[in-house]
Amino acid sequence: MGAQYLDAFVRSLELSAITAVVGSVLGALLAWAVVTGRPDGVLRRVVTSAAGVLAQFGGVTLAFAFLATVGPVGLVTKVLADHGVDALSGGAWIFELPGLVLVYTYFQVPLMVIVFLPALDGLKPQWREAATGLGGTAWTYWRRVAGPVLAPAFLGSLLLLFANAFSAYATAAALVSQGAPIVPLQIRNLQTSEVLLGQQNLARALGFGMVVVVAVVMACYALLQRRTTRWLR
Amino acid sequence: MTSRVVRGVVLTVLGAFFLLPLVAMADFSTRGGLSGGRDLSAWRGIASDPVLVDGIVTSLELAVLTSLLMLVLLLPTMVWVRLRVPALRRTVEFLCLLPLIIPAVVLVVGIASLYSWVTYLLGDSALTLVFVYVVLVLPYAYRALDAGLDAMDLRTLSEAARSLGAGWWTILLRVVLPGARTAVLSACLLTVALVLGEFTLASLLNFPTLQVAIALAGKRDAALSIAVSLAALLLAFALLLALSVLGRRRTARSVAPVALTSGGPA
Repeated sequence: MGAQYLDAFVRSLELSAITAVVGSVLGALLAWAVVTGRPDGVLRRVVTSAAGVLAQFGGVTLAFAFLATVGPVGLVTKVLADHGVDALSGGAWIFELPGLVLVYTYFQVPLMVIVFLPALDGLKPQWREAATGLGGTAWTYWRRVAGPVLAPAFLGSLLLLFANAFSAYATAAALVSQGAPIVPLQIRNLQTSEVLLGQQNLARALGFGMVVVVAVVMACYALLQRRTTRWLR
Repeated sequence: MTSRVVRGVVLTVLGAFFLLPLVAMADFSTRGGLSGGRDLSAWRGIASDPVLVDGIVTSLELAVLTSLLMLVLLLPTMVWVRLRVPALRRTVEFLCLLPLIIPAVVLVVGIASLYSWVTYLLGDSALTLVFVYVVLVLPYAYRALDAGLDAMDLRTLSEAARSLGAGWWTILLRVVLPGARTAVLSACLLTVALVLGEFTLASLLNFPTLQVAIALAGKRDAALSIAVSLAALLLAFALLLALSVLGRRRTARSVAPVALTSGGPA
């Protein structure tokens, strides 16, 4: 009885950890690419607006976006099939954990861009000049100056992404209609089931478990945030 | 030189990753059935689907109501805390940020039993969702308004207004509101975006909002729900882009006088 809930927690943690790491690395790269452009340019305006939409608005719409892309009759699936590749040979993976990883990454990267851009903006050009003036290469600058200054901000953003993925519900709910691989979907089953009545207490217990995880993560985030503001303001 | 190449590669690869699903949505929603070719029947179907239209109307009404309630609740509180009880500022901030720590799906578990009372007292209209939505938008609205109030000298302005005989209402409506109008606008736009995109609470409390209608439509007509999804995404994107352009114009105007007075040959 209890094993399925424990499994769901483990899978939820895995999903959040994988998408947080992938999302924060890709998002940091994208934020860097945007920040090296003109501060008032079109690229930056479009990327930040699009990031705002995809990070906050997502939910159900993203599930359908990926259904249209890599679903059984999606665009990519069809193009691959025309070239003799069966993307669904491993089963309907989009409706299972791998599919969730892909879709979650799609809203994690934009969130990383939003939260990491201010940190990159805080890097002062003088630091770069000082490093170069002292004979440092671009590598030494990133390794010895920018890296250490950005590290707390990066880790903090990573934790924020983790909490974001852990508490997400809408995308998974719209994508996965059978089974409940992660905790939020377990809660849905308990909350809406017409077969198992009187499971409210179990739903509340799972909910409390989620709050504990998110609260711990956010507390670490607050600590890192304090450290971040020492250099970047 | 290498950094230019890396930058180009990053922008191209991630750009493709983010555009591909949108292109696929446009493709999927315009497929012409078994005969092949293109047609727009899915897009035309949006207006003729009563459930979907109801959902859109409900969500728009909720967006307006939530924005209003958020402002009525938050703006006077924040002004009052700043002017009269600054010691409470941290507490109010923490309370407003709490919804970030409590996942919406957990909130629903706690609030479901409470909502049977709301339904009992106010009827089972979907508009009662406004009460939870106000809680959900608190963190975003708080930070937007907080930045706006920080940017204006609230104490001096309110004391000036008071000494000219203005009451609290006048201060709120004729000093604070115009002074923080960009912040108020951005708080409202964030609220609208969040309400139009919200699914978790509406679906688990069984209220037919836009996102619930989309998810429902997806069970019988995928093309239709993909068309609505794309339309909703593009609408939200247009809203945020408009906000960022608006924000730029505002900063350009407020920076200019400083530049004029603080430099250059006299």
